[in-house]
Amino acid sequence: MEKTVVLRVNGHPNSVTIDPETPLLYALRNHLQLNGPKYGCGVALCGSCMVLLDGKAQPSCIMPCSAAATHEITTLEGIGNQQQLHPVQRAVIDLQAAQCGYCLNGVIMCGKQLLDENPDPSDEEIREALQRVLCRCGTHTRFIGAIKKAAVYKRQ
Amino acid sequence: MPSPSQDQAFSTSRRRFLQQTGQLLIGFSILPALGKLSTAVAESGTPPFADAINTWLRIDADGQLTVLTGKTELGQGIKTALMQIAAEELDIPMKNVHIVIADTGRTPDERYTAGSASIESSGGAIREAAAEARRVLLGMAATELKVPVDQLLVKDGVVTAATSQQSVSYAALLKGKAIEGTVTGKAPQKDPSKYTIVGTAWPREDIKLMATGQPVYIQDMRLPDMVHARILRPPVYGAKLKSLPDNATGNAAGIIKLVRNGSFVGVITRDEYQAIKAIRNLQQKAVWDRPLLLPAQDGLYDHLLQQTGNSEVVERNDKVEPAIAAASNQVEAVYKRPYQIHGSIGPSCAIALWQNNELTVWSHTQGAFPLRSTLSDLLRLPETSIRVIATPGAGCYGHNGADDVGADAALLAMQLPGKPVRVQWMREDEHSWEPYGSAMVMRLKGGLDKDGKLLALHTELWSDTHSSRPGGKAGHFIAGRDLEQPFTFTAGRFSGGSYRNALPLYDTLRQVVLNNCKGPLRSSALRSLGAYANIFALESFMDELAHKAGKDPARFRLDNLKDDRAKAVIETVMKMTQWNDRMERREPQRGLGIAFAQYKNDAAYFAVVAEVEIDTAAKQYRLKKLTGAIDAGQVINIDGVKNQTEGGMIQSASWSMLESVRYHEKGIITRGWDTYPIMRFKSVPAIEVAVLNRPGMEPMGAGEAAQGPVAAAIANALFQATGSRLRELPLRPAQINWK
Repeated sequence: MEKTVVLRVNGHPNSVTIDPETPLLYALRNHLQLNGPKYGCGVALCGSCMVLLDGKAQPSCIMPCSAAATHEITTLEGIGNQQQLHPVQRAVIDLQAAQCGYCLNGVIMCGKQLLDENPDPSDEEIREALQRVLCRCGTHTRFIGAIKKAAVYKRQ
Repeated sequence: MPSPSQDQAFSTSRRRFLQQTGQLLIGFSILPALGKLSTAVAESGTPPFADAINTWLRIDADGQLTVLTGKTELGQGIKTALMQIAAEELDIPMKNVHIVIADTGRTPDERYTAGSASIESSGGAIREAAAEARRVLLGMAATELKVPVDQLLVKDGVVTAATSQQSVSYAALLKGKAIEGTVTGKAPQKDPSKYTIVGTAWPREDIKLMATGQPVYIQDMRLPDMVHARILRPPVYGAKLKSLPDNATGNAAGIIKLVRNGSFVGVITRDEYQAIKAIRNLQQKAVWDRPLLLPAQDGLYDHLLQQTGNSEVVERNDKVEPAIAAASNQVEAVYKRPYQIHGSIGPSCAIALWQNNELTVWSHTQGAFPLRSTLSDLLRLPETSIRVIATPGAGCYGHNGADDVGADAALLAMQLPGKPVRVQWMREDEHSWEPYGSAMVMRLKGGLDKDGKLLALHTELWSDTHSSRPGGKAGHFIAGRDLEQPFTFTAGRFSGGSYRNALPLYDTLRQVVLNNCKGPLRSSALRSLGAYANIFALESFMDELAHKAGKDPARFRLDNLKDDRAKAVIETVMKMTQWNDRMERREPQRGLGIAFAQYKNDAAYFAVVAEVEIDTAAKQYRLKKLTGAIDAGQVINIDGVKNQTEGGMIQSASWSMLESVRYHEKGIITRGWDTYPIMRFKSVPAIEVAVLNRPGMEPMGAGEAAQGPVAAAIANALFQATGSRLRELPLRPAQINWK
């Protein structure tokens, strides 16, 4: 059942020995020790497991590794780090836009795709971009503010 | 025990995780340390020296301060607030302050992190311990510098003699030794008007870690040799496993062990997804004896209303009924609240390790110590052989599946010595098995005199328990009830959660009667407990009374309140929304509603104005804006209070507009986000919050203040916009008479 699958994650190829039907999420978390994408619902309804596939935010909980292997995969860890923050990460920290933070991965990944495509989004466009992400703490309005702020950082 | 300075020497990401979550011991030297700590705990049964300064605070040779709290971080930012309190009292810079959260092996026992009480309780204890530590340290410095204590100044952890300018640091005074002494509660505390750290919006450091994908949550913990597991939950409450074929897991790969004990079944695998697949196989092949889940949902509220045999008078006033009977205007209304979920975005997770006759459980429980005592009951192990280490998880908002999954992991780990077993619930496990906020019915009666003055209020309510936390009894675990030799569940006697905020704060005659009920679904503490529904009912009813009296609803509340702080939050939101002008103007298709409560009648004051916009053609409404004002006394972290309040407002809007658990006789229907939707970004209202800081006043819990008032404010706004009075949550457009 197990095969070697090569996943291109954050710019590097990784050989993973895995049942190829395993959803990408588990390979990222357990085989590659990444924490950004998280399990939330397993059926692409909450956005906790969001990654970028060829630059587009997509849930990783339903896509099998075999299919993911054809894409360029980027996780939260791949867009910035503590020393070199992505503008969306920086804005989230500056505005303290988190409570429990479990949904933050989905918010940041969707926000990044949005700003890559639209450098100056309106509130409505931001809401639309984050619509696939569920937040239970009620941090939504801070997240919207953070994406707006990130757009400013990005243009600077 | 390693000192914080040792913590700092580590640099790999795992070590950073351990440091951040206060679990330095994981994966390094856990076993010797565990034995030693257990012995220390064993000696007293409770934390060794609850009144010792050293129980709460430690300063190491490098001047790093470690705060130890029995409370836990739930995303509410408590770690930062507690560190601010200690840093302020000791004049140590925040960068040199660290914190360890609830760990039965290391911290004081502070029971549950609940009821918005951590700032008051743990914060109070830490402030007293820090003030005591400062007194001890200044005494030592006076000896060292040979000057009286009153000539000493402290800055950044360094004590300086005002006259000679000679100085000595806390670290140099202690030389790595413990701060000797007990907390008397009598040490002088800093004058709040001199605060420079408390009251500021000190940023939470964990947000940077979250935003960059560092390991922050229990879900991110990876221990050497860790294995994965999932649980085969019954299809409905009380179902018993009749048969499970020997080949039930099929030929699924990676299975290490299938554990069955009565109707409790778990499968342990090498890889996580293998466990998920194995459980799917088991679900298809398991045969259950299934009791019916009754009464049917359409008879739920009647089922509650019929239960009057176990009632209690919360407050008696024999003048109330006659006063209402004699009033020139009488109003009566019945309000309903369905079962609602906590709905953590990250399903509950725990890791357990059974090794050398010691059990360690990492858990996002709200009560590490009570979880330990309940595991002791479940496993018939002495508490001294169990260590529970609180580790942050996704927001829980009360008693969700955290403790249950801890029991699941413990039961499996006992069958696989030496391997850490990680269990994470599936989404459907969380939605269908977490203990819900109880369904409730509230019947209110009130009387007005001919001038519209409020004469009396009578409240009768029906509710199941709002606390079935595992306080030492294994029958409170789902798994405990499923074992071959099951533990039985007996509901506790705590009814305070049911009638929380049922007693009006208004200046009138009042009587409250509670009917303790047994509902069909599992229930426990959900953020604000019964206060959510009780305030929804009372504050909707106040609006109905104001309407009957022909008075402005905000004015009507002010006229019937004596408490100035209560009036201040109401007046603040009136000002923020230009209430008076807008009530006169009455914009078409718009409605404004106001509501107020003091949480628990002794914690934070909160008032809110909701603004709705209706679309008569589409028979829909939209919540445009919520404007709130909160007075939580002395504010420790102003941004923390704001963040908690904003979040509570949005969460309550979601509960109030959308949420209801649905079930039929075969079990829970709402098993995922498709059947139990919550508010998404496009529907979230604009939010504005004012914080009324009261330096020098007692800090009061803020985390639950918004839940009830928001529900009522939305209902009241809908009444103004449509003339329809919605008395049943959630406030669905279908309940509105669109004419």
